[in-house]
Amino acid sequence: MDRNQTHRNRRRIYKALHFFGLFLIMEVICIPGLWIVLNSFRPTVEIMAKPPVWNPTFTLDHYRAMFGGAGEGGVPVFLYFRNSLIVSVTSTAIAILIGMGGGYAFARYRFAFKNSYFVGLMLFRAVPGVALSLPLFIVFARVGLIDTHFGLILVYVAMNVPFTIWLTDGFFRQIPKELHEAAEIDGCTRWQAFWRVEFPVARSGVASAAIFAFLTSWNEFALASQLTRSVGSKTMPVGLLDFTAEFTINWGGMCALAVLMILPALILTFIVQKHLIAGLTFGGVKG
Amino acid sequence: MRRRIPEWFVLLLPAFIVIAAVVLIPLIFSLYSSFTPYKLTRPSTLWRWIGTANYEKILTDVKFWSAFGRTILFLTIALNVELLLGLLIALMVNKVTWGQRTLRTILMFPMMFSPILVGFQFKFIFNDNIGLVNNALQSLGVSNAALPWLVDGNLAMFSIIFAEVWMSTSVFAILILAGLFAIPQDPLEAAKVDGCTPWQTFRHITLPFLMPFIFIAMTIRSLDVARAYDIVQIMTGGGPAGRTELLWTLMSRTGYVDARMGLANAMGYVSILLSIAFTVYFFKKLSAARAELGMGG
Repeated sequence: MDRNQTHRNRRRIYKALHFFGLFLIMEVICIPGLWIVLNSFRPTVEIMAKPPVWNPTFTLDHYRAMFGGAGEGGVPVFLYFRNSLIVSVTSTAIAILIGMGGGYAFARYRFAFKNSYFVGLMLFRAVPGVALSLPLFIVFARVGLIDTHFGLILVYVAMNVPFTIWLTDGFFRQIPKELHEAAEIDGCTRWQAFWRVEFPVARSGVASAAIFAFLTSWNEFALASQLTRSVGSKTMPVGLLDFTAEFTINWGGMCALAVLMILPALILTFIVQKHLIAGLTFGGVKG
Repeated sequence: MRRRIPEWFVLLLPAFIVIAAVVLIPLIFSLYSSFTPYKLTRPSTLWRWIGTANYEKILTDVKFWSAFGRTILFLTIALNVELLLGLLIALMVNKVTWGQRTLRTILMFPMMFSPILVGFQFKFIFNDNIGLVNNALQSLGVSNAALPWLVDGNLAMFSIIFAEVWMSTSVFAILILAGLFAIPQDPLEAAKVDGCTPWQTFRHITLPFLMPFIFIAMTIRSLDVARAYDIVQIMTGGGPAGRTELLWTLMSRTGYVDARMGLANAMGYVSILLSIAFTVYFFKKLSAARAELGMGG
């Protein structure tokens, strides 16, 4: 009887601890992001107030200034957004096409030094962006690719291809060979067999690879900050720096742009959430 | 008869071409320029061969070695904390029966943040004058004076590691959670029947099974350890007085601010070797762990 009681008590304590711990962790994950969102709606006076003001007032000033154009100390947000969108979407599409071909080759064909090729490709992905930006800056300046969409797209394609190959390779390997053999016996060409039979099965892998490619290019800073110069090609992460002056930072405006930057990523990720986890684990573990 | 080009080669060719054009050629160029005293302001210096002088200069430079050591320290602490926290979070979320999907969604939240945004966000939150942390501490009466989070060397290092951990823990948590879902239930039940303590079950059944997932997470992480550059560059820029200077910030300062490209490229090569070492190490671990579970192929 007594032992039962202590046992039950201990369980209750464990449960409380578990709940409390989870709560704490979720707080730590959420609060920084929410703080940014909250502050994008607060007037600058209140953000800078000392002692701090804890009950926030609501204002759309920062958004108005941001969308108002460059005249009022705003930032050409639409241009940055457009640049980011063009660069990310195009580079993702190309990287997926190229990477899918590569992934298919690794999954379906046997050839000499296959593993070395594979690891070699991954190593190219591992080259730090800063280290790559130094020579790329010089080479691109010579070729005239600095400050163009095309240059940035090219870089992001090269960055995303290895990881796409890794993920899609894992997915194509899951599909039994018999599937496309059967399709070929039924009169499909290899190409048709791929598009009609194998691609639909591997779709969730491709979707997750696409999300990762998109997020990488949408969020990349180290290379973009050196390879873009003017509003014609600056992406949003680089545009974020526009809010910093020599000694002061326009925190409210920065928060507003940050919200704008995170929204597309957020929406996109939630849409394909399920594929994301499946893509990572299948591609990695079984591949 | 004409020999046909193998199909796998045709399929891989675009990938090879793009990577050769954007990564390989610049890297060869930077390897060459790391043997010259190349300065952006004086282009003619590109043609003067000075052998390994840049590397000698780096290897005898105290500033470089302290940045190198700090980078290793930073990565060791960050990766270990991320792994442990990720494991803890995954185990906790796995135990939840109600609202698990929501928790998983929240977990994904930091993955969408751009590293530079994370940098800004924590620069804001750790700001000594108007930051959330100091405001909260002062309003709660924990401390009277403003803590100089980004100005004091040790505190700045802590803030940077905190930002890095905040950003990257979720990758570990999500992958390990996926591993926990995939664990077969039979051995766990058998262990329970045989009277294993929860710790023994975890140590001898759960953990070995999770190993491949942990190594995947590590491998994915090791592919872009240099992401931390964005965070550090924004939060402290390597300051105060070089107390948070990492390899990457030192390199970019040498290259872009001092315009000494040759020297910076030599540093770049050290950082590339560092990244490659990390990646190769975890790839080896990953294939070993896979083979152990019979998933190799």
